[in-house]
Amino acid sequence: MKIFKYALLAIPFLYFSCDDDNDTPEPINEEEVITTMTVTLVNHQNGSDVITMQTQDLDGDGPNEPVITVSGPLTAGTSYAGSIVWLNEMEDPAENVTEEIVEEQDEHQVFFSASGVDMEFVYMDFDSNGNPVGTQFVLAPLGAGSGSVTITLVHEPAKPNDGLDTAGGSIDIQTTFPVTVE
Amino acid sequence: MNCKCKKCGASFTSKLALVLYSYFSLCCINSFAQNCDKRLSIQVIDLHDGTPLENAIVKTNDLKGSTDFDGNLVFENLCEDTYVLSISHEDCESIVQTVDIKKDTFRKIRLEHHLNELEEIMIISNNRNNSRTLFENKISKEVLDDYNSRTLGEVLKTVTGVSSLNSGSYLSKPVINGLHSSRVILINNGVRLEDQEWGIEHAPSIDINSIDKISIIKGASALKYAGDAVGGVIIAESSREKLLDTVYGNATTNLQSNGRGGGISTNFTKTSSNGWYYRLQGTLKRMGDFETPDYVMTNTGFLEHNLSLKAGLNRIDHGFDVYYSLFSNRLGILRSSHAHTAIDIINAIENDIPHIIEDFSYDINIPRQKISHNLLKLRGFKNFDFGKLSMRYDFQSNDRKEYDIRRGDRTRPALDLNLQTHSIAFDLESKFENNSNLKTGILARYQKNFPDPATGVKRIIPDYKKYDFSLYSVFDIGLSNDWLLEAGIRYDFSHIDAYKYYRTSLWEARNYDELFPEFVVEDLGLNTLTNPKFDFHNISSNIGLKYSINNSENIFFNYSMSSRKPNPSELFSEGLHHSSARIEIGDLSFNSEIGHNFSLTYESSDEKSSLVVNTFANLVDDFIYMIPVDLMPTIAGVFPYWEYKQEDAKLFGFDVKYDRQYFTNFFIGHQFSIIKGYERENDKPLINMPPVNLKNQISYSIPEMNNLNLSLESEYVFRQKEYPNNNFEVFIPTENIYTTLDTSTPPGAYHLLNFASSIGFKPENGGNYKINFRIENLLNNLYKNYLNRLRYFTHEMGRNIMLSVSYSY
Repeated sequence: MKIFKYALLAIPFLYFSCDDDNDTPEPINEEEVITTMTVTLVNHQNGSDVITMQTQDLDGDGPNEPVITVSGPLTAGTSYAGSIVWLNEMEDPAENVTEEIVEEQDEHQVFFSASGVDMEFVYMDFDSNGNPVGTQFVLAPLGAGSGSVTITLVHEPAKPNDGLDTAGGSIDIQTTFPVTVE
Repeated sequence: MNCKCKKCGASFTSKLALVLYSYFSLCCINSFAQNCDKRLSIQVIDLHDGTPLENAIVKTNDLKGSTDFDGNLVFENLCEDTYVLSISHEDCESIVQTVDIKKDTFRKIRLEHHLNELEEIMIISNNRNNSRTLFENKISKEVLDDYNSRTLGEVLKTVTGVSSLNSGSYLSKPVINGLHSSRVILINNGVRLEDQEWGIEHAPSIDINSIDKISIIKGASALKYAGDAVGGVIIAESSREKLLDTVYGNATTNLQSNGRGGGISTNFTKTSSNGWYYRLQGTLKRMGDFETPDYVMTNTGFLEHNLSLKAGLNRIDHGFDVYYSLFSNRLGILRSSHAHTAIDIINAIENDIPHIIEDFSYDINIPRQKISHNLLKLRGFKNFDFGKLSMRYDFQSNDRKEYDIRRGDRTRPALDLNLQTHSIAFDLESKFENNSNLKTGILARYQKNFPDPATGVKRIIPDYKKYDFSLYSVFDIGLSNDWLLEAGIRYDFSHIDAYKYYRTSLWEARNYDELFPEFVVEDLGLNTLTNPKFDFHNISSNIGLKYSINNSENIFFNYSMSSRKPNPSELFSEGLHHSSARIEIGDLSFNSEIGHNFSLTYESSDEKSSLVVNTFANLVDDFIYMIPVDLMPTIAGVFPYWEYKQEDAKLFGFDVKYDRQYFTNFFIGHQFSIIKGYERENDKPLINMPPVNLKNQISYSIPEMNNLNLSLESEYVFRQKEYPNNNFEVFIPTENIYTTLDTSTPPGAYHLLNFASSIGFKPENGGNYKINFRIENLLNNLYKNYLNRLRYFTHEMGRNIMLSVSYSY
């Protein structure tokens, strides 16, 4: 009855496997996620004219759509000092992802574009190779009208590049804000 | 073979007939003293399969007799004494046994065949088919040797009707009759491979150098192993060890130009005539970046190291073995295939070539996968009168780490799954007198999946425990000389106990809060911890007929019903799948998928030619597949939203393989296969159906010149014209326009030419060398393959020159 001897041999293994821990799995800190992008625009001529544009998607890839808000109209013929903050609000307290992006600035670039309104964007920060990053920028609305501004954060674009279409990499954030210029 | 022991044929082993003491003694014996009235009945049987042995000579003192047709012999009028019996048979080893006679006695004597005949029996049993009425495609050791630097998926493509679904150059999954992943079951040395086979970018964890033979059953389950093989079964085996005092083995080294790498593989077997043996095998492969004719596919190299050990005792009537194998690799994923959004894919398609092309390198950078698969098997068997009983325990641990391009710490995997599986199985194979066989078995399995939370990324496959229990029975009977019938049934029970954090918003959007409130453990705000539990009861069955028209022609007909429970990915997917740049959503309310497969195969072969024609129709009820249903805006842009659906599907096709020898050493081969698949309700084509393909081969061999063989292969793959249109419009905000994301349209047809040659040498001091020289994609064509998931980002491999030298002893 060798066969049963072999069967006996297996028992320790089965036993080994039945280390039932009824523990529920621990929740995961979703560190990769960016839930919130806030763009702050401060009028160079008038420091109290501050416009914020924000997109916030608290459930990430869940079915709820991001909430996009723009605090007010921009003024034509002036320029704004722009800065961007990214947050991961899934973590508690919210993680400021901006620091990480600034640390890895040679792997990131923010791209700006406007449609329907005439605007100019100028990069104000550069990585160690002298290529633009875009967490700091200047936005200059050239004329009145209404349209939109699209801000795209790309991870690992080719640097330097001639724009978003050919930069490659992968898009981390892309949001289109409706804007009015008066 | 002229072994009488076998010629007696299969007979009902649980032969109660042995109790029917035969009163017909061939040699009657004179009487001894007066109180000598005891009777000794003997039955001599074949130790291997219990077959009675006729004409076995039994001698004791001055008595001598031989067994009758049923192996029986009676000595009468024996005194109370101890007798020494010597039993001999022309085909078997003689043995001596003592027997104490105190009363009428029955003694069964088992004889073992001569060693050389054992050897033949072993070979026969090794070549036994898994089913007698299902046509099996076989891949021989020779073909495996020729492909020893490749992956399993590529070797399987040599079989008509089998293709592969690739993710780049190295990751390739077998596709049988248009179906793959969870629908194709892989059996490695008797063990069902549990290696997270559901993922399209998960290749089977088998080293082809550890395999000596592969059988492919299309469209049906081998019920002994599984009931859920809606697509088919691939059975990989290493050969049985010889029953001789010998040492044999092989060492192979190969080099190839594309990838600028190669591999070495060796195996060593020591056997002895008393049945003990051990075998060691190891493989090491290393490749750098593969190249298309025009550019380097950056970060596509890999490193693979495998080993396997086997040891055991191989006797005809009992034996056991211990088998351990480790498969491990580290492989790069094309650097430019890292897409995140639909726009990334549009840009990649528009660019035509990858946006990152670096100089050739052996580095395996991020993104990459790191896989290790451990398999331990203990098996024992013993032959009883009622059949061969075997018991198997196996343990598998599959560890998968995927490293992604991510912010922050890249030494940490983005996916870290560990899947452990324990199985215990008992199988009984019985032969009956009327040329019928019964195989029955029982199996219990426990599986545990652990996704490591330290990744910092949402789990794709949740924590789960799965308990399986299966019973099967397969019966076959020869109805006449020409007709063979096989019928089988299998029952599988599965209990799944999973823990998963769902996004609360998704849980509610899918209405799960109303459908499955009992699953909720805790609402944590953003996420909800749930404990989904499922039971699946599945029945699968098989009925087949084989008709032998004559010695060289056979017809096989088979109907097979397979039942497959939804896999974890189909049940639990919930969120963004980065590598596909889409949101994938499973469904907790899925039931099992049932495949009804009808196949008809005609096979004819003679000395000069062979022809196999195979047709099939597979009607799959509740076929689980994914379709795009919507677009979903997220902070990273708009994503296509794909949902798993259950709809009825139908697949049908046929394939032909024809080989013919002309003159004495000229050989021409043809293979053609066509497969169609549709949703049954609206005739919409199914995705990823293999395109029609035609292969032709001419070869010429010169036996006088060291078996020199030269051959030219042509492979023409048509464009897949039938595909579901899953394209959709994507808004490109920076340009304020809509563009079509065309991930559906298949690439064009292509034609490849390959050259192959081999030559063998037998040096005087023994052993033999074989040299293979092969050039694939001889014309260095630039092409894309519909069945490559990365076809949006890259072309296929260019010309590849391969050289392999193998020495066997």
